[in-house]
Amino acid sequence: MSEHDTPDTAVVPADDFGHGAVRLDEGHVIGTGGLPDRFENPGLPPHQPRMSDLTEAGAKRAEKQVAALFSVSILGTLVFLVSYFAIARDTYVFIPGIGDVDLSNVVLGTSLGAALLGIGLGAVHWAKTLMPDHESVEMRHTMRSSEERRQGFVDTLRAGGETSQLTRRPLIKVTLGAAMGLFALPLLVQLVGGLGRLPKNELSLTYWSGEVGPDGKPHFKPLRLARDPEGTPIKAEDVTIGSVFHVQPDGLLPDPTSDEPELRAGLESGILEAKSKAAVLLMRLNPSDIKSQKEKDWGYDGIVAYSKICTHVGCPVGLYEQQTHHLLCPCHQSTFDVTDDCKVIFGPAKRPLPQLKITVDDEGYLIATQPFREAVGPSFWERGQ
Amino acid sequence: MTALAAKRRHPAAFAFLLLLALLVTGTAYAAFAPRPAQAATLGADQVVEGKKLFQANCSTCHGLNAEGKSLGDGTEAGPALAGVGASAVDFQMGTGRMPLAAPGIQAQRQQKILFTPEQISQVAAYIASLAPGPAVPTSSDYDPATGNAAKGGALFRVNCAMCHNFAGSGGALTRGKYAPSLMGVAPKDVYEAMVTGPQSMPVFNDTNIDPQGKRDIIAFLQTVHDSPTPGGMKLGALGPVSEGLFAWIFGLGILIGCAMWLGQKSA
Amino acid sequence: MSASTSSRPADALRDGDSKHAAPTSKAAQKVGGVAGWIDDRTGAAGGVNYLLKKVFPDHWSFMLGEIAMYSMIVCLLSGVFLTFWFVPSAGEVVYHGSFAPLQGVKMSEAYQSTLDISFDIRGGLVIRQIHHWAALMFTVAVSAHMFRVFFTGAFRKPRELNWVIGCILSMLAIVEGFAGYSLPDDLLSGTGLRAAEGFMQSAPVVGSYLAYLVFDGPFPGEAIIPRLYSVHVLLLPAILIGLFTAHIVLVAVQKHTQFPGPGKTNDNVVGYPVMPVYAAKAGGFFFIVFGVISLMAALIQINPIWGYGPYDPSPVTAGSQPDWYMGFADGALRITPNWLEFTALGYTVSLNIALGALGLIPVFYGVAIAYPFVEGWIKGDKGEHHLLDRPRNVPVRTALGVAALTYYFIFMFAAGNDIIAIKLGMSINDITHFFQATLFFLPMLMFWITKRICLSLQRHDRDLVLHGRESGTIIRTADGKFFERHEDLDPYTRWPLVQQDPVHPIQLESGVDANGVARKGARKERLRAKLSNFYFRDAVNPVTPAELAAAHVGPGHEAIDAEPPTHEIEPDKVDGRMGIDAVHDDSHEFGSSTH
Repeated sequence: MSEHDTPDTAVVPADDFGHGAVRLDEGHVIGTGGLPDRFENPGLPPHQPRMSDLTEAGAKRAEKQVAALFSVSILGTLVFLVSYFAIARDTYVFIPGIGDVDLSNVVLGTSLGAALLGIGLGAVHWAKTLMPDHESVEMRHTMRSSEERRQGFVDTLRAGGETSQLTRRPLIKVTLGAAMGLFALPLLVQLVGGLGRLPKNELSLTYWSGEVGPDGKPHFKPLRLARDPEGTPIKAEDVTIGSVFHVQPDGLLPDPTSDEPELRAGLESGILEAKSKAAVLLMRLNPSDIKSQKEKDWGYDGIVAYSKICTHVGCPVGLYEQQTHHLLCPCHQSTFDVTDDCKVIFGPAKRPLPQLKITVDDEGYLIATQPFREAVGPSFWERGQ
Repeated sequence: MTALAAKRRHPAAFAFLLLLALLVTGTAYAAFAPRPAQAATLGADQVVEGKKLFQANCSTCHGLNAEGKSLGDGTEAGPALAGVGASAVDFQMGTGRMPLAAPGIQAQRQQKILFTPEQISQVAAYIASLAPGPAVPTSSDYDPATGNAAKGGALFRVNCAMCHNFAGSGGALTRGKYAPSLMGVAPKDVYEAMVTGPQSMPVFNDTNIDPQGKRDIIAFLQTVHDSPTPGGMKLGALGPVSEGLFAWIFGLGILIGCAMWLGQKSA
Repeated sequence: MSASTSSRPADALRDGDSKHAAPTSKAAQKVGGVAGWIDDRTGAAGGVNYLLKKVFPDHWSFMLGEIAMYSMIVCLLSGVFLTFWFVPSAGEVVYHGSFAPLQGVKMSEAYQSTLDISFDIRGGLVIRQIHHWAALMFTVAVSAHMFRVFFTGAFRKPRELNWVIGCILSMLAIVEGFAGYSLPDDLLSGTGLRAAEGFMQSAPVVGSYLAYLVFDGPFPGEAIIPRLYSVHVLLLPAILIGLFTAHIVLVAVQKHTQFPGPGKTNDNVVGYPVMPVYAAKAGGFFFIVFGVISLMAALIQINPIWGYGPYDPSPVTAGSQPDWYMGFADGALRITPNWLEFTALGYTVSLNIALGALGLIPVFYGVAIAYPFVEGWIKGDKGEHHLLDRPRNVPVRTALGVAALTYYFIFMFAAGNDIIAIKLGMSINDITHFFQATLFFLPMLMFWITKRICLSLQRHDRDLVLHGRESGTIIRTADGKFFERHEDLDPYTRWPLVQQDPVHPIQLESGVDANGVARKGARKERLRAKLSNFYFRDAVNPVTPAELAAAHVGPGHEAIDAEPPTHEIEPDKVDGRMGIDAVHDDSHEFGSSTH
């Protein structure tokens, strides 16, 4: 602390009427009528003594109250320590108005709370009743440094610039500036370059697209539609009118009964990544309710499959109302009309849910006959490319 | 033996014997009587009674022969009921949703059930006689004890949570419709709702979620309902909205109260 | 060193050293031990003494910032506890812990370890709930503190810089909260992350790259949990603590503001010194805040992640919401119309997402940060302000603040539209349309209402000063009239009502100079004059002593209403009752002198 700071802490407890301790700079008198332009600051109001100031009994009472609060804290700590060891886990107790709760959580939390509140309330009560309650007044100073100090600072800065010859040697100035400006770049490049890989066309592909070969192109293979989460394939006749199936592509989970080794093994990793784009909803409507010819053609006998990933920000659009045939997203309430190509009829989503073209294979199971024709899920800049 | 002999002449003995005889005969009949015959004879009465009840209470909206009724402007007063099955009738009437208490966006569960279980089963028999549909489940179909709550939880989260909320406390649908809370709903009602898909709810037939899966879900719901809330009061299990409100109103309120006390001059 | 070696030449160098002067007072000797040892090595006694004598004013609203500070400390403390058990990994495991409904379910290690903290570690649940409640209280208190600072004008010079720091702190607190909320990898927070990925993808041009960089490939990937973890426990806390320290140091250097009151001026600070009063009050308040949070953690369940289940991209729960502080951005997304997404030249521009998700928070905080500078410029105010404004005395600022908050709360409540729908039995579509409509009129309406309320409160203040309090005493005049005697306010009560500076709109100087040439910056000046007029044209200025004196000579207190000096006083109306409550002897004379 400099000498500038120390002497001004002349903290003067104001006298009972506040006069003298307070600088009153307002309310200067102007000529007209002998009345001041502004009211005058009356200074601190008279001090009101407290009970604890007036009588020793009052002070004694305050002392007892503070001590009692501190004792509550001690008690709370003891209860916490004992109950930490004494209360077995999975002990539940009914507390009216709250419900069946974990006894240990309640007792530990409340005893900790009591231990803390005892200290806090005690200390504040102590400060309020027994510590001095005469206001102190501390004077302020403008934040601005004095002119000499500011000049001194400028001089030092200028002298530094001159003695280091920075001002006279433009070559150093320019190169230093450039070097300082550039040195963070390698670090930035390392960070950004190392954070993740480039999306390439991945956002437009799903598990339904098939495995991406060495040529970077997916090789489509018709996959069966399987139940989520069990992974069992679905027959067309299973899907009755009014029902909804939550679907994932076949092959994510190991299928011991399958003849194909890939399906038998299932995915080692990346199941969540696959599901996050490939999740599908399967619904059966009365074919006469379907308004769009394309929807009928891409479905099978009134069974239609749509991406479950919202075209807004990617929440699963799972709320199917079987009477109105509306699909609702629980995150931002975008509503899609299943009878009309899943077009948006309400909410912030813009695009319809992409449809998955399906048919049945020889065994009567539903299969995808082609991958999604557009990127599923939220919009992104180059999705139309 | 003498004690039994002594009570032979007791006035209650006659009544007791009569009851026993009825029970034995009844059980024997139930065990040995040819099933179709029973269904035909018992069912025929049921169907006739049910049809009467239906025509008196339901036909205004569903039509005299449950063929449904159109209001002419593309909407319907009530859907056709052929094929919905006894289960649907049992669910709708058993939970008080039907007959509709008041026209509204969605039939609501009622505390007061207007029909006796017998009357409901008569109407159910009538509707079931129109076309085959899901039958009323037996208690072994929906016994939560035979379900696996962990598996049911996984099924519930995929198939049900998006409408009914993670804890089954219900959620909003479009235009004022809603998925009701599942807390405290009888296992039988949950089972029937899955099988029949009442109102906005889709049908979850046995090929979608097999009967064991349904029992798993029911077991999960029972667990959620019965299990304590370890952390304390659950604020309606509505998620972060109620938590945020609580922090603003009570958390901040209490602390501001403390701050006011702290800043006040002591008396 | 013994005395025998003192003959060595080097020791001669120390001969002139003086011995330490022994502490003179008894008290100094007593404290002298450890403190003396430290002061010997740091010379801190002077500085610490200065700090101990610092004066802080008392007012409950000054404690809002302290609630925020203490909640943050509780977060830091409980957060350190949690790091010992939490495993920030997306690695897949099968659960076999003690929570039965999830037995045998596949989940991430992050989720499993959060379940373990909740069910298998003694007292773990209480620490977790303390952490989450403290985080909510932190963001709540930061907001409340921000409101207080705004509405009392505490952001004015010299505190603009601290306002900026505070705004950044508030914004970082939101991000920090969201990062923490996402860590347990449960179904709800995973859905939030999924939406966050959608937000990133919506960024024009770079969206998909941004998302792939942050998630290290396709969503969800295994990178996001550990990355969020290091952001949540390392990066953001470091920045938060750094900025928070600067925030507090500035408060100490600039000294705390105070509400106007008798004895309080722009040049002093009236209150209680740190030692002992504020040490006990502020120190005690930390324990109160921590204690209240502990009680909340003991009794109110928060974020029951075991109920949500592990994250899977396919399921979702009804009522998917973020924590409250993210609500306004989420609500903005819910009510944004979908036609804001369009394709141009084959590229997709998703303004329906980008505006609410990426634009709103920077815009909101940008406006907040800019406000002190704009207001200072409009007022042409270069002075330092240490006395707070009573919100009513700056009606336009207060009304603008309320209008901004109205926007904020419309967005925030829109995020709960599904909960409102089910709780009130209304249509979610109607509620959404309602919120959309309110955006266009409610903030303006609230502006107008608030301004009117402020002006009437100011007039009421004037009225109170001019006419005093109703005493309940009925006086009968000589000519048989009755009136209630009014008692003048005592100077202490009156002062807060009259202390503020009178304000006037800036007068527009001529846009051309003496030669008729347009002056430089004339357009800027015109704008400024316009804005100044907007701020101050209805200003109700405080009562002056002259007005009060005039009020005392007015007949039956009706001649002067609470309006600023537009009144006419007719000396001949001065009647006998004037003597009853007039305190200023010269009032009569004044009344005559003005005519």
